[in-house]
Amino acid sequence: MKRRLEISELIFKIISYTLLTIFALACLYPFLYTISASISGRHAVDYSEIVLFPKDIQFDAFAAMFGNNMFWNAYTNTLFLTLYGTIWELFLSVLGAYALSKKRLLFRRGFNFFLVFTMWFSAGLVPQYLNYIATKKVFNSVGIMDDKWLVVIAMGMAAMNIILLRNSFEGVPSEIEEAAIVDGATEMQVLWKVYLPMSKSIIATVTLFFAISRWNGYFWARQMITNGNEHPLMVFIRLQLETYQDPDQMTGWDYPYSSDSMIYSLIICSIIPILVIYPFIQKYFAKGVNVGGVKE
Amino acid sequence: MQMSVSDYLIFDEESGTYIENPEQAVRDDVEKHYWLHVLKTVLKDWRLYLMLIPMLLVFLFWRYFPMYELLGCFKVTDDTLPVADQLFSGFSYFKRLLVGGDTLSTEFWRAFRNTFLLSFYGLCFGFPMPIIIALFFNEIRSNIMRSFYQVVTYLPKFMSTVVMTSLVMMLVKQGSLTSGSGILSQLMENIGWIDHETAFTVGLLNNPSFFRAIYQISGIWETAGYDSIVFFAAIIAISPTSYEAAQIDGAGKMAQMKYVVLPSILSTIVIMLITRIGSLLNIGYEKVLLLYNPNTYVTADVVSTFSQRYGIAGTGMKGLASAAEMMNNVIGMLLVIGANTISRKASDVSLY
Repeated sequence: MKRRLEISELIFKIISYTLLTIFALACLYPFLYTISASISGRHAVDYSEIVLFPKDIQFDAFAAMFGNNMFWNAYTNTLFLTLYGTIWELFLSVLGAYALSKKRLLFRRGFNFFLVFTMWFSAGLVPQYLNYIATKKVFNSVGIMDDKWLVVIAMGMAAMNIILLRNSFEGVPSEIEEAAIVDGATEMQVLWKVYLPMSKSIIATVTLFFAISRWNGYFWARQMITNGNEHPLMVFIRLQLETYQDPDQMTGWDYPYSSDSMIYSLIICSIIPILVIYPFIQKYFAKGVNVGGVKE
Repeated sequence: MQMSVSDYLIFDEESGTYIENPEQAVRDDVEKHYWLHVLKTVLKDWRLYLMLIPMLLVFLFWRYFPMYELLGCFKVTDDTLPVADQLFSGFSYFKRLLVGGDTLSTEFWRAFRNTFLLSFYGLCFGFPMPIIIALFFNEIRSNIMRSFYQVVTYLPKFMSTVVMTSLVMMLVKQGSLTSGSGILSQLMENIGWIDHETAFTVGLLNNPSFFRAIYQISGIWETAGYDSIVFFAAIIAISPTSYEAAQIDGAGKMAQMKYVVLPSILSTIVIMLITRIGSLLNIGYEKVLLLYNPNTYVTADVVSTFSQRYGIAGTGMKGLASAAEMMNNVIGMLLVIGANTISRKASDVSLY
């Protein structure tokens, strides 16, 4: 049965659509602008003459960037950090969350508190910095000279994601686990064949969180990675920005593209992987995140 | 567990005296060999505990060991010595920061105030936005359209802080001899919100009175869409029969909002609000660090960036810098615990 739209309902609908469209455009516009600005001519970019569509199209900024070895270096480093960082975090979090989700675990409350306390109180930047310096010394003394491994192993663990996983694992009915054990499954098999397939959406969400936070990592990578060849992409972008905004650097600029186009094209290259992966995982969010840490 | 005398002693009919309850002997035994019992359980289930160890070690090394460095707050900073060997200096850093009377103390209080104000404004302006967006999402009946809006509005959340701040910096950049100001600056200048001086010569990011606005607006741009997920999930959980009942009773759209939707999502709103209040002092340092500069310290400097500037970028002030941030974090922790307690009392929902 189709109901006639009431006037108030119609008005509300129109307002909803209008405001949402405006907000969506506002979310999208900076990206569209970035694309246009990265392929527009020098004058148009420098004097902000572009509104939406590119002007005096050139691809020299992209070409210059692709010809820059440092850029490829940074890209490889970021891929390295993202890949190993995500695997490492996923490994720790899934195993830890699985153990924590078991009622029979001794000192379960204690372990939970151990995690949750890190969400309440953090020592702060300076102590963390000193701790990383000390870790770096230990790593160097056992022969790990690459600062990248320090970033992969020591940084980024978030208690929130582990709790998200734990809550999801707790939702798996224990009868299924018991049935698997009766059939002779080992602990690892229970986790691998029962728990993981039953928590697909949360695993997808958490993996995306890990990967994104690794991909976007900046502050500690900049502090701890001393060798410029090992810098990840975000540090590279920021350093480029700081260089190109420096007026002394600008006086010698005689390329057909603006220095801003250089940054814009860098930004585009840095967000493309996210744009490609994200829509596929987006559908899991509503299920996965929800109120997340809330436990009734 | 309530214990009574009969748990320990029972009356023996045969001999006419009280003898020890045999069950108590078993309990005593378990208690005496408690750790043996623990060891046995752990050994029987050793795989489970093995799974836990890597995670615990990572948290111990890189979340708990830094707390040991907090000793530096009470020691005379000496970059050449480990913190344990430094000389004890008592509460001198805390005293200097709180009531020192010099520029450092002024800067600390300014940073503390900014930390609070930035989050507080975030709470006022940033908090209602996701709720409103979730209400709007609910109006869109077509699934394809809604998915499109969701994909687009969640997107900024996944951009890195570096990318976001770089975009902000270029959209509101100041002009120079060879270039004009950024497109947003030009737009605002043309509308008449800011004058040419601010837009072109000084630049919005070098003007302290615009920092908070830039921070909040970019914050809303970044998180409003994504944060609406929670509220939207609460809204779609409302049974359609509730709406129908309201319609039969003659409720218009506004009345439905007031009497059906809002009461249903109120608990979610309260929980999220309490969480936000609890994390009032835990402000992300990265965004401020990337957006601020010496010209805008007045409104932009927060406690963590203060601590970063003196403790990590500068030398010889590590103790003082960690003392500043520790005070902030301890108050922050009390706020979180307080918020959690209130939430548990009010709605039987514990956040952690």
